[in-house]
Amino acid sequence: MPTEPFDQEPVFPEPAMADQGHALDVKHRSPRQITWARRRRALTRFWKQFRENRLGTAGLFVLSLFVLVAICAPLIAPRSATTEVTATAKDQPILAPPGHHCPQSYIQNVQDPNTGEYHTIEKPCLASEEQFYPLGTDGAGRSLFALLVWGARISLLVGLVATIMAMLIGSGIGIAAGFYGGWVDVALSRLTDWFLVIPWIALAIVLASVLGQSLFNIIMVVAVTSWAVTARLVRAQALTVATRPYVERARALGASNWHIITRHVLPNLFPIIFANTILTVALSILAESTLSFLGLGDPMSVSWGTILEQAQGAGATTGGQWWWVMTPGVAITAVVLAFTMCGFAVEEITNPRLRRR
Amino acid sequence: MSLLEIRDLHVAYSTSAGPVPAVRGVDLDVERGQVVGLAGESGCGKSTIAGAILRLLPKETKVEGQILLDGEDILTMTWGRLRAVRWEESSIIFQGAMHGLDPVKRVGEQIAEAILIHDPKVTEKEALTRAGELVEQVKLPARRTQDYPHELSGGQKQRIMIAMALACDPKLVIADEPTSALDVMVQAQVLDLLEDLQRDLGLSMIFITHDLSVLVGVCDRISVMYAGKIVEEGSADAVFETPKHPYTRALSSAFPEIGDERYRLLPTGLGGDPPDPMDIPSGCSFHPRCVDVFAPCPSTEPVLYDAGEGRRAACLLLDGAERAAGEG
Amino acid sequence: MGQAFLTLLFVLAVNFFLFRILPSDPITMMVRANRLTDSQKAELIREFGFAKPLAEQFLIYITHPWRLGYSQQSSRPVVDVIGERIWPTVLLVGISTILSTILGVLIGISSAWRRGSRLDVNWLISTMTFYSMPDFWFGMMLLLVFAATLHWFPVGGYASPPEAGLTGFFPHLLDVARHLFLPAATLTIGYLGEYSLIMRSSLIDVMHEDFVNVVRAKGLRDRDVRRKHAVPNALLPIVTMVILYFGYVLAGAVGVETVFSYPGLGLLTYTSIVEQDFPVMQGIFLLLSAAVIIANLIADITYTYLDPRVRQT
Repeated sequence: MPTEPFDQEPVFPEPAMADQGHALDVKHRSPRQITWARRRRALTRFWKQFRENRLGTAGLFVLSLFVLVAICAPLIAPRSATTEVTATAKDQPILAPPGHHCPQSYIQNVQDPNTGEYHTIEKPCLASEEQFYPLGTDGAGRSLFALLVWGARISLLVGLVATIMAMLIGSGIGIAAGFYGGWVDVALSRLTDWFLVIPWIALAIVLASVLGQSLFNIIMVVAVTSWAVTARLVRAQALTVATRPYVERARALGASNWHIITRHVLPNLFPIIFANTILTVALSILAESTLSFLGLGDPMSVSWGTILEQAQGAGATTGGQWWWVMTPGVAITAVVLAFTMCGFAVEEITNPRLRRR
Repeated sequence: MSLLEIRDLHVAYSTSAGPVPAVRGVDLDVERGQVVGLAGESGCGKSTIAGAILRLLPKETKVEGQILLDGEDILTMTWGRLRAVRWEESSIIFQGAMHGLDPVKRVGEQIAEAILIHDPKVTEKEALTRAGELVEQVKLPARRTQDYPHELSGGQKQRIMIAMALACDPKLVIADEPTSALDVMVQAQVLDLLEDLQRDLGLSMIFITHDLSVLVGVCDRISVMYAGKIVEEGSADAVFETPKHPYTRALSSAFPEIGDERYRLLPTGLGGDPPDPMDIPSGCSFHPRCVDVFAPCPSTEPVLYDAGEGRRAACLLLDGAERAAGEG
Repeated sequence: MGQAFLTLLFVLAVNFFLFRILPSDPITMMVRANRLTDSQKAELIREFGFAKPLAEQFLIYITHPWRLGYSQQSSRPVVDVIGERIWPTVLLVGISTILSTILGVLIGISSAWRRGSRLDVNWLISTMTFYSMPDFWFGMMLLLVFAATLHWFPVGGYASPPEAGLTGFFPHLLDVARHLFLPAATLTIGYLGEYSLIMRSSLIDVMHEDFVNVVRAKGLRDRDVRRKHAVPNALLPIVTMVILYFGYVLAGAVGVETVFSYPGLGLLTYTSIVEQDFPVMQGIFLLLSAAVIIANLIADITYTYLDPRVRQT
């Protein structure tokens, strides 16, 4: 079965390989080995270019940091800190600013309900044991630091899983539409267009309400609202590949559709959708935080969006509890920015037209 | 005094890899009413000269030398004077008319714009009428001024470009590959048009192309360029019939005419690629591709040697001393 | 245009079926126990034909899309509930879109002109940062700083209550403007980065086109080259892009209105989620989808008007 497309690199050993002492005996390597060797080289070349891109490396660094924190959550902060409310002697949860050390008192900004004026009062910290809150607490007395660390898990999980699902759905539909053409293409394109036109939040709200609130459902909702962009991209690419001469040649030699798709279409698709995938993760995380903020998230788990939901519900913005509002948002911005920078870096490398002229 | 005098022109583009020399010391003269052809492969620097004459090259490009248009040095002009000179004293017919026109404006407006820029006293209506006249001059119906560029064929667009170039009655018209993007039949028509216009209006022209055979019919004199320098110049017929430089010989045989005896005997085509401007061969820059290459070529850089009756060529074979040394 | 109509029909159909897959019976969904009077319930059953077979119900639904039922929160007709919230949102989204487009285009033009300079690079980084922020969170931060802490602006709402005594045209206008400022600023700043980036790259592309060189050769001043030839050509993709982002701006409006308690469709969406008010949710879904579809249509028409190359087809 022919596997070597014409328009990829030639198979003959390059001088560099000879220098490294590799066997020049091409005949003894199977086509598959050659293909994989070439892919490894392409990967190394890509990595080298990526490392030269300052934006991309910075993004990757920040990303790895957050992923590390998310994975090591149990080691950094106890799970109990996110569910238990620090009970006090008088059963009043404290709402402490960052850097607060219990049991000293702290200043809070309150609004007089009658006059509407703001003034500060001093509140005693009624927790019995010593507690240090590096980022302060939320309205229920939970350490914001712990909430953020555990929230990273959910936000990243939803973002990544939803994106993988969206990629799978989108690629599947895109390849089917581009490759098979005809009425399959027409039907699938109509479907894709429809999903593109509908404002995502309207669809998300309707779906979330119908399906109910759970972690799986929110992943589904984010995936369903994101696949269309990928589908369109993949379809365009599949169309160009399907008409290339080597595909015709493979067909003439009796290759099945499946073979052509997996051996020719998919490998050529990969660089294009790689950048798109990274940027989709960024958008998925934003989508999840928005949906959680609106109350459509999983009530059982803590994500950065739900922290903000609770902050909004408790009037943290008007109450001046800036730490409650600022920290989850900064976390979201940082992660999304990191993914975006990586995505742009990858796009620049894989799409030479975007390079500086 | 000639209409255009270019003296020792050096142009280097600035790129991320460093300065790239495109023109390396070129002298060129155009007399009034004369048509001078500039021939060479792509990348030899001929289009750069066209851009340099009206200072249209990117800001960072280094341009040195003298370009005297009717006695005034273009390279030292003020911006205001330059803008006035552009199009009115000298205009360009750009190559690739495909994208030379603003796609969202009617072609008549674009021709009229040239007129309005240089004569603010003219009203829009008058300018449009004049545009119509110019369009008729290039053998298109005046109503074509109402069309958008995408509604015109390649040949029609090229004619519009010619009409636009003539809008301000320039003294010098630079035609930069005006026919390269057209099919052969249309090419012939446009060439005839240019010839007629030049004759009727007494224009001075610089005709830039890579096709030597095109130049013969149109031009009075031809200069051949290679790797940023002029390697041969003389009267059009002389250069075409009896080329003195090996490159010119190869160039003229690259576009054979059916039935012409010469093409049956001469080697056709030219092997190799044009030199990378960042890596120009030493000595005579043509020596790696030259069929007549001999000993001193890779080390000695030729200048334009006299080759008889107002002709010059930069080939060491013409330098008596070198030749003798080589043969000896 | 036929395409838009078809899409709209499809939206209606999906809406219909989406809510029929709910486990409980649709009447209960719409009627929700004791909130409605018996006569209202009977009217619903008659209007929607709940007693009739599904196919007939669908036909009734398709031919009378404005029959949205009653809100579960207030037992008022959904059309009324939605109707009174439309204007504040139109005001908010309209002003934000206009401002962000104009500012985005202007900044994009100057960025393209100063490509690679310090200012340009800083702006690119800022844009990426704002792009990465959740818009509702940005609103929360603005509210925190400018309203809750500095007291420059009110903390929410559309206008001050009547007790504040701001009657008369201009005082009322000013009052509305003060209330609108922060929510509009949130949406505007959130999206003007995108538009400036698009304009910037579009203008850079156009500046490399041949015809720009031709126009310079004709003797036109650089700033006129930009103004008369480059920018008009570079604006074409903006039209498409603004419409493409319209759906996202609407989504942003939901979050922003919630944060600022701004009484528009966005806040209504939030409360209907909290109250599980399905008829209102359905109505908003239809309205938002219809808005985006119509916006797409307007964009197509505008683009055809602006770009002569498209007119033939």
